[in-house]
Amino acid sequence: MAYKYFPHTEEDIQQMLKVAGVNTLADLYAEVPEELKLKRDYDIPSEMSEVDIRKHFKALGDKNKQLVCFAGGGVYDHYTPSVIGYITQRSEFLTSYTPYQAEISQGTLQYIFEYQTLMADLTGMDISNASMYDGATATAEAMMMAVANAKKKNQVLVSAALNPAVIRVVETYAKYHGVTIKLIPTLNGATDKAALAAELAKGESAGVIIGQPNYYGIVEDLTGVADMCHEQKALLVINAPASTLAALKTPGEWGADIAVGDAQSLGLPMSFGGPYLGYFCAKEALVRKMPGRIVGGTTDHNGKRTFVLTMQAREQHIRRQKATSNICSNQGIMTLMVTIYMSLMGPQGLKEVNEQSYAGAHYLYDELLKTGKFTPAFEGQTFFNEFVVKTSLDVGKLQQKLLDNGILGGLKPEGVDNAIMFAVTEQRSKAEIDKLVELIKEA
Amino acid sequence: MNSTYYGTLIFELSKKGRKGYSLPANEFKGYAIPASISRQSETMLPEADEQTVVRHYTNMSNNNFGVDTGFYPLGSCTMKYNPKINEENATHPAFAGLHPLAPASTVQGALEVYYNTQKILSELGGMSEFTLNPFAGAHGELTGLMVIRNYHMKRGDLKRTKIIIPDSAHGTNPASAAVCGLEVVEVKSTADGTVDVDDLKPLLGDGVAGMMMTNPNTLGIFETKIPEIAKLVHECGGLMYYDGANLNPLLGVCRPGDMGFDVMHINLHKTFSTPHGGGGPGAGPIGVRAGLEAYLPNPQVKKAADGTFYVNYDEDSLGSISGFFGNYAVVLRAYTFLLSAGKEQFAKMGSLAVLNANYIKESLKDCYELPIQGLCKHEFVFNGLIDKSQHVTTLDVAKRLLDYGFHAPTIYFPLLFHEALMIEPTETESKDTIDEFIKVMKQIAKEAAEDPEMVKTAPHKAPITRVDDVKAVKEPKLTYKAYL
Amino acid sequence: MAKVIEGLYYAESHEYVKVEGDFGYVGITDYAQEQLGNVVYVDAPEVDDEVTQGEEFGAVESVKAASDLISPVSGTVVEVNEELADSPEKINEDAFANWIIKVQLSDKSELDNLMDAAAYEGLCS
Repeated sequence: MAYKYFPHTEEDIQQMLKVAGVNTLADLYAEVPEELKLKRDYDIPSEMSEVDIRKHFKALGDKNKQLVCFAGGGVYDHYTPSVIGYITQRSEFLTSYTPYQAEISQGTLQYIFEYQTLMADLTGMDISNASMYDGATATAEAMMMAVANAKKKNQVLVSAALNPAVIRVVETYAKYHGVTIKLIPTLNGATDKAALAAELAKGESAGVIIGQPNYYGIVEDLTGVADMCHEQKALLVINAPASTLAALKTPGEWGADIAVGDAQSLGLPMSFGGPYLGYFCAKEALVRKMPGRIVGGTTDHNGKRTFVLTMQAREQHIRRQKATSNICSNQGIMTLMVTIYMSLMGPQGLKEVNEQSYAGAHYLYDELLKTGKFTPAFEGQTFFNEFVVKTSLDVGKLQQKLLDNGILGGLKPEGVDNAIMFAVTEQRSKAEIDKLVELIKEA
Repeated sequence: MNSTYYGTLIFELSKKGRKGYSLPANEFKGYAIPASISRQSETMLPEADEQTVVRHYTNMSNNNFGVDTGFYPLGSCTMKYNPKINEENATHPAFAGLHPLAPASTVQGALEVYYNTQKILSELGGMSEFTLNPFAGAHGELTGLMVIRNYHMKRGDLKRTKIIIPDSAHGTNPASAAVCGLEVVEVKSTADGTVDVDDLKPLLGDGVAGMMMTNPNTLGIFETKIPEIAKLVHECGGLMYYDGANLNPLLGVCRPGDMGFDVMHINLHKTFSTPHGGGGPGAGPIGVRAGLEAYLPNPQVKKAADGTFYVNYDEDSLGSISGFFGNYAVVLRAYTFLLSAGKEQFAKMGSLAVLNANYIKESLKDCYELPIQGLCKHEFVFNGLIDKSQHVTTLDVAKRLLDYGFHAPTIYFPLLFHEALMIEPTETESKDTIDEFIKVMKQIAKEAAEDPEMVKTAPHKAPITRVDDVKAVKEPKLTYKAYL
Repeated sequence: MAKVIEGLYYAESHEYVKVEGDFGYVGITDYAQEQLGNVVYVDAPEVDDEVTQGEEFGAVESVKAASDLISPVSGTVVEVNEELADSPEKINEDAFANWIIKVQLSDKSELDNLMDAAAYEGLCS
């Protein structure tokens, strides 16, 4: 029986077997020991037609609830312009491999070069790699790079106000890589700078990782932190949700050596956790210690400006166990999505996205406090588009009530009791926020 | 694909005052971002209208070659056709808007897809349990090695810090081992490219955490001694890791679990048809044999007795290696493919891929040097042209292929042969396409003898000629600022 | 044919050391640069770093390959050839004239572990 993804006719198979020098398809495995062969059918479902697959997905999709999103925690419900889906489905982009053959891969190489330019600019750093899996793994790579850079120190300090999902990944990598992670405690929701200074002064740390805005949505005052790090020859790594970089003081402006984070907030759908894109930017002096692919400009033999994968001697296919990282992919299509997003939004669009997210979050915050059921969790701190409030209400029950009304309400923040954390993006209208507040008033 | 080059960058199309987006009006007055926390510098984001952006990226795409453009015989990359219904489901509106921290009760469909995919992959791999969290093959390798280390550590066996890897292995294997804090011990290959068991034996001992292998190996040769190798490694207390990069030819024939492997990864972007996307996103799920399930990374997706699905954080887990559930939309694609092929087509998939490879190998071995005779599996390696008198290299052959509308094979890997040219067709290529490829490869061999200069300066019909990669490293231009 | 110079000491990993008094100039051999192709980057240690015979002290990169530098001698780095930072191709032009580091030797008896020109020529042929 023919199958739509196999072009072989019976006659083709017979002719090809003859050339291959065997009689049957099974003979192609003559050398495989008999005891290793599977002598039964796979115990998996039978093949399904496209019609049936569509019905199956419809049924599965109906089991998911489509909710109005006030959740953040590192993943934000920003707007994805329609252009993105159309362009990224172009098979010239989608079905190509890593651009090893530069002569027929300029499309991929060009958009990565644009991406590197935009990302370096957004973070205020000199250079960017071609992207990594996600913000958490990019941060773990920064941790390993800091240790490799320091040569003789294998401790990295991590702010306890960094997103716990990121901390968990950094800790896992550190455990197996042989790096000690020391958490710097928080003070009123932000990194305790005095504790950081004291820990750094011991001279044992290769790097410091801080979230900005941090997990609780707070924009930290990092004045003096870079100097503190550099006095001890430690690298400062700032992890920031990419969208906020267009509005807030950049990692470069804070004096960071490495800027990492998730670029999901630049127009990527939430898609139940992935695929996203981890960005990784650094000062130029660190380029040869960077993980991941890097695209550079050059010329072809006719002198035309072209692009090519470069600085490959850092990478696993050349350096094997001495490579700067084991990563051999970039996020390809996600990189393209982010690049198109930034091209469409431009400076003004990203400014508006941030202004509206900021304004919506602060409006919600004020309205919640007015209900009398909430108090600020971190008095006096400046937050951006996400915030934590303390409440006397039962948070679990409140979340369920909101779910029953089609709203994915705030998250329970890790590390703060009797509290709830809301995030607002430009997609949340005043009417949606007012409805949320009304429901809470009833609770 | 174009034969002329579109070389403009988006920055060169920017004009102040143009706009490519529309947002609702700001309904919240009186909430301005304070200057004290604001960015000081202007951004260099472009200003462009929507059509300019669309044309720009459309024209750029025409500089690119993909599987949908033509045959992509890239060894070890399994460039099979990427079905279109996969794409439809990857962006399915009932899944695209789900927040990964939403309560399990609201994402039952999403969790069911994840769970079902774990189960199907477990059966195909001969494993007890899978996780879909790893983002890529290399990430799967790293996670799998963490499982192995975690297994030894949990037993209090802390001295096992060595990992044995064949010298022919993909570069990611030793790189992943190094990230995982393991010391790499290389085992040699015999003349036919398989693991030298006599060289392996003295490497074994109580410091060995495990051994990483791919089977078929990177030369496309089935390691027939795998039962003996697995037995030796297990006897010394180590675990066997299967690099699933070369799984495709085994579909329908044998399973890594039945060969004695304890931990394995699968590349969804190879064997399970999800697109490579110019470098990603892929996915590298890993599977483990019975007894190792709890060590898999968190979060884990489980099915309760009442048939609902839930998210589990196991204390024995190696930890988290991803923020959430991996590259979920890639899982949606692979699940679609698993359903559409089903047990009937998976039974044939491997053998058709192997048939294509052997057919090409036998058809070209009179022009190209075949260092290892006999049956290959999904791929094989030529050591350049037989006639090396004109000094036409593997690189030249690869570049000339581009002129004929084919992607190049993998070149200069594996390192065992100086002029390695590694060819992997897949089961989705027809005899007609392959016959055309064979004809062109023979033509190039002829050209190499008759007009070597022309081959050495290829490509001639691609959008650009050969790039100067030495200049790229020596005069690095890593952002557009270098051109301003 | 790769050039081999009399009077230098050679390591199996294709580094040479040219001894002047208590100091040694360490570089890669002409054979090594030929194998590597266009050198695009030299990853050298810093002044005052310690190097140990038989241990890695840096790397030399071409576009498609990289080779670790294994020190043929032990001692302290007293000078690094700064010219190579901007012009790594000088190694291709003349590998013996363009040493990578100058080392104050801590144990001259180690030189006995290295090859002379004739022995090294044998290795490369």
